Amino acid sequence: MSSMKDSREATMIGRRSDGTQVRRPLSPHLQVYDMLQMSSALSISHRITGSIWAVGTAVMVWWLVAAASGPSAFGAVQWFLGSFLGVLFLMGLTAAAWYHTLAGIRHLVWDAGWGYDIPTMYKTGRAVLIGTAALTALTWLMLLISW
Amino acid sequence: MSHTTSGDGPRQSSLQAPLARVRGAGSAKQGTHHWWMQRVSSIALLPLTIWFIVSLATSAGMTHAEAVAWIGQPFNAVLLLALIALTFQHTASGLQVVIEDYTHNEWAKIALLLLNKGVCWLLGIAAALAVLRIAV
Repeated sequence: MSSMKDSREATMIGRRSDGTQVRRPLSPHLQVYDMLQMSSALSISHRITGSIWAVGTAVMVWWLVAAASGPSAFGAVQWFLGSFLGVLFLMGLTAAAWYHTLAGIRHLVWDAGWGYDIPTMYKTGRAVLIGTAALTALTWLMLLISW
Repeated sequence: MSHTTSGDGPRQSSLQAPLARVRGAGSAKQGTHHWWMQRVSSIALLPLTIWFIVSLATSAGMTHAEAVAWIGQPFNAVLLLALIALTFQHTASGLQVVIEDYTHNEWAKIALLLLNKGVCWLLGIAAALAVLRIAV
């Protein structure tokens, strides 16, 4: 091993049980995976929806800070969230949030050691997608009824 | 070094000491702490987030007075503070991994990691202050 160009290379050096060195592949290697495969597509979607949700947290902060500031600031948030763009944004956020939640539960189940075989993995993957659609629709049904 | 077939010790076919093998192979400071905290916060966030989403979805178009009254209730304020703390802990650690994996330039990576931490802390403090101003 000569000099490292990237600090992540340090995490790629491993040892086989006989002591010889091996370079392990880095896990989120987007280039080598087939993105039409459900396993890879759902995996990267978990990251993407998590990042979208991170943007969504800014709206939560805006909403809380505006409520603390007064009626006019609060009116501005409520106006934006009720506008066409706001509703579109919130719908996308709701779907991303439910996906990240359900896929997160799937990850916790994997962490517990269950569901690694391919048929189960495809079954839980489909369940995450169907669950996301159903819970997003349910959330917006609740929202529209109360509006 | 001879290979022993008796005893419980692992097979060692290298003359290198275990320390020499791992030296330079990366940090061993915190082990699984970061990974574990992501799971812990995710489990706590499950009920908290669902409570928050359902609360807001069932009271869309709240007036300012209604929103302040809702945030100000002690039960809601406590859960909101917990939600804020865990949300930004989880967001910061999640975005950190994404930055570490996809930023290849070392300085850009350090800058983004610091920016991520800073923004998450400030947003979290701002949200917590808002809840406290209303509730206290």
